[in-house]
Amino acid sequence: MSHRVLVSALLRVAFATVALALAGAACGKKADESRPAPAPGSGSGSAAAPATPEKTTIKIGMVASFSGPFADVGKQLHGGIKAYLKQYGDTVAGKKVEILVRDTTGPAAEVAKRLAQELVVQDKVDFLVGFGLTPEALAAAPVATESKTPMVIMNAATSIITTKSPYIVRFSLTLPQVSAPLGDWAAKNGIKKIATMVADYGPGHDAEAAFTKAFTAGGGEVIDAIRTPLANPDFSSFIQRVKDKKPDALFVFVPAGQQSIASMKAFDERGLAKAGIKLIATGDMLDDHGLATIGDAALGVITTHHYSVAHDSPENKAFLQAYRDANGAEAGTPNFMSVGAYDGMAAIYDVVKKLDGKIDPDKAMELFKHMAFTSPRGPISIDPETRDIVQTVYLRKVEKVNGELRSVEIQQFPNLKDPGK
Amino acid sequence: MTAPAGLPPGLPNDRWHRWDTALWLAPIVAYVAFPDHLVLGSQIAITALFALSLDVILGYAGIVSLGHAASFGLGAYTAGLLAAHGWGEPLTGLVAAGAVAGLVGYATSFLVVRGQPLAQLMITLGVGLLLVEVANKANKWTGGVDGLSDIVMWRLLGVFRFDLAGRTGYIYSLVVTLAAFLVVRRVVSSPFGLSLRAIREGAARMPALGAPVGRRLVAAFTFAAALAGVAGGLLTQTTQFVGLEVLSFPRSAAVLIMLVLGGAGRLYGAFVGAGLFMLMQDFLARRDPVYWQLWIGGLLVAVVLIGRGGVLGIAETVRARRAARGPR
Amino acid sequence: MAAFITVLFDGVAYGSLLFVISVGMSVTMGLMRFINLAHGAFAMFGGYTACVLAQRWGLSMFAALPVVLVGFAVVGAVLERVVYRWVSKTRPLDQVLLTIGIAFIATGLATYIWGPYQRALPLPAVLTGQLHVLGVDLGIYRMFLIGMVVAITVSLHILIERTRFGAQLRAAVDQPDAGAGLGIPVDRVFTGSFALGSGLAALGGVLGVDVLGLDPNFTFHYMVYFLLVVVVGGQGSIVGSAAAAVALGVFDVVGKYYVPSIGAFLIYALMVVLLLVFPHGLFRRGR
Repeated sequence: MSHRVLVSALLRVAFATVALALAGAACGKKADESRPAPAPGSGSGSAAAPATPEKTTIKIGMVASFSGPFADVGKQLHGGIKAYLKQYGDTVAGKKVEILVRDTTGPAAEVAKRLAQELVVQDKVDFLVGFGLTPEALAAAPVATESKTPMVIMNAATSIITTKSPYIVRFSLTLPQVSAPLGDWAAKNGIKKIATMVADYGPGHDAEAAFTKAFTAGGGEVIDAIRTPLANPDFSSFIQRVKDKKPDALFVFVPAGQQSIASMKAFDERGLAKAGIKLIATGDMLDDHGLATIGDAALGVITTHHYSVAHDSPENKAFLQAYRDANGAEAGTPNFMSVGAYDGMAAIYDVVKKLDGKIDPDKAMELFKHMAFTSPRGPISIDPETRDIVQTVYLRKVEKVNGELRSVEIQQFPNLKDPGK
Repeated sequence: MTAPAGLPPGLPNDRWHRWDTALWLAPIVAYVAFPDHLVLGSQIAITALFALSLDVILGYAGIVSLGHAASFGLGAYTAGLLAAHGWGEPLTGLVAAGAVAGLVGYATSFLVVRGQPLAQLMITLGVGLLLVEVANKANKWTGGVDGLSDIVMWRLLGVFRFDLAGRTGYIYSLVVTLAAFLVVRRVVSSPFGLSLRAIREGAARMPALGAPVGRRLVAAFTFAAALAGVAGGLLTQTTQFVGLEVLSFPRSAAVLIMLVLGGAGRLYGAFVGAGLFMLMQDFLARRDPVYWQLWIGGLLVAVVLIGRGGVLGIAETVRARRAARGPR
Repeated sequence: MAAFITVLFDGVAYGSLLFVISVGMSVTMGLMRFINLAHGAFAMFGGYTACVLAQRWGLSMFAALPVVLVGFAVVGAVLERVVYRWVSKTRPLDQVLLTIGIAFIATGLATYIWGPYQRALPLPAVLTGQLHVLGVDLGIYRMFLIGMVVAITVSLHILIERTRFGAQLRAAVDQPDAGAGLGIPVDRVFTGSFALGSGLAALGGVLGVDVLGLDPNFTFHYMVYFLLVVVVGGQGSIVGSAAAAVALGVFDVVGKYYVPSIGAFLIYALMVVLLLVFPHGLFRRGR
């Protein structure tokens, strides 16, 4: 085939495409205003009215991981949302609340961003919620900014997330927020030399930095800082290394799930407790759902976190009951992720009520910024400058309560902002 | 891996048939008919381009690679780093992405072009996994798992902004993919492409024909790596984000599945596979966020049990049978 | 010195674990030349079965092992007859597609039945704790794993090299037509060895739950490790797989102990190096 024919073919195609593009750009603007044809697969069941007249539903788009390695995160978040809806109903300010659930199918941030875009452009949601993993939140942040949609973070815990968009507000936690008090406590409670072991990714680095800063400020010494690989089935070599270095204690941060169970097992199996090495960790290692799976090996471990199922308050009791009613007994115990979702919903309902169902994004963000209420975890509020959560962090110890393992709160660090900013 | 059945006799060529026009009109129609799904559309185009690049080495040269995401990811990070550090021009970023991926592909090709297919598979997998760990360790540059999110793209051709509805991204991805498709088709119909197919069928015989097997495979591998890098760069530019999982094993595995599903060794197989898999995944994940994997698995099993060579292979078998039944 | 011996022991134990979960794949992929990427699914279901047996009927892990081995051998045989047989053994890409599809179905099914959370299998009390031997602490469960590996390797070796079935299998794999011509029931032999591979996979799953954890994503999560062991070990060689697994395990553990920051690299780097030097795997059977 001669070059000339090829080049002319390419040019023809290029011209056609550019022409169509220009036409499309003009048409596209019109398509925005008119009602687009119902697309296949958008079986969300919404009978959304065209943009102009009064909307009768408040649409909330939930983006989280329901399948793949982090499937448990989506399930916990959704469980918390369902608990709130069960307790307070699905109508607020005379409007029906509709949750559109979207699965990111795993740690693929571009899918999270695309889902957020589609929720905003196609389904015209009023709020974006969920975001169990940091990359999901970071990728979707520009969508919230450009579309002016309030984005409620229900789980992701890296500090910088709330700086990525003025429309982000977070109701979960940040790793520095829960790690720093532990470092402070450790230095003041007889631990002179410590080894740290964190998972080698954002939240892990945040936890390590905050803990180390507080611990060394209190006069302690970090003799070994280990970062474990992302996909790490077996912790025995790391734990053995710690055992041989003989610190007074070991500080751990690993994500809840397979990693937390494996690291706890390794710690127990190697007899570190018997060798006189105390285990202190953030609550992710012994989250309320995983405690039952880990078993008695967890007894006596000190953790810091913002929520424990054993927290004694009427709000928590109501939450636990609602969770059980909405998800059934086989869903097991809720954990801090469900509470993050539950509180996110409480905040949204409050905003909708105060705005009488007419969601203006900037007014909503003002309301979010000054939000304060009592959550099942304790009193929480939002820092108006950073739009990040301010809450009480608890020091807990694992004990047996009525035959079940629980993290019992023994000390409080009230009103902590995120020290990572 | 025998040659696709049912093709008419004669040398392969890259003449533009009516079929091709019809098939390439489809995305243009989709632009008008589904204006709310353009982001999905651009991601399908990008994945199809990625699968096409894999087809060059897998379908045509017969190298089984489970680490092709390494090239994809290198391109993605190149484009991402350029944009995050102030150079947000899309087209030059794309060229850079392809160039970097191609260079690294060239440098590592020696690892892959010799050896047994299974060893090839594992070596490519191993290199891919190594790269993920290196990228994670270098998190000051790559942002680690959290990725690079401060990516701001300049206007495409100085005019078109990357908008929220994904219009610019869609057209951009489509044009690049079409251009790449034409180039690939030219290459595989050329004597070079034919020699690749011959190497796939029986590399031992090639030296007797005077064809340098090693050099051809290195060239094919480099070409494929560059294309994959372009696809990766496109993804970064259209989503303004790049994270570690662009390099990951699940991404390599997914593109391999899509290509085989569509039919390897037939250029459109990449498009059929990517389109079918991603549309189904999106559709099913909406209906059933937790159990969509059951249905996708069922689709894959069904395709294999019905016939060989993926969807296009089945289509060809059907066509050949009809032709064999003779004129009616 | 004591530290090094402990670490070495741990490495051998980890390698044994890798072997135990991969040996089934060595049989099917190595001997039968069938790429079964759904291998991990058998291991996963084996683990879940043991968990269910422990929870519902209080069956200890020891009792679960033979149940799972036999049960999943049967499942494997059925699957081979009904599904795998129809996929041509000369098209590896089709095998990849089919078995990935099965892996997806397995993951979805496990999520549906048991939910996405982690499961634990209680270990029999006799296997917990450490033994203090010559100044070194050795985990009892890990010693058990090493023992299992030795037992399995030896039994398989005898089965394949010294029994009639083994001879038939080797003949059927190398030259199916000639084998059939000699009256070897090739189909039945394949079904039998696939059953063996599946049963071993499930067995490995049970043994591995304690260290590797168990959730519906198990199949995909550990796929890399299975492939690693089988390919590096060499197709058709059980002893090769054992050697590869131990080598990889030792390097992984020793690396993580002494230099944690490069810990993750070593196993992959070693694999690449070994495959470049031994493209057919460490040991090859015949040919």
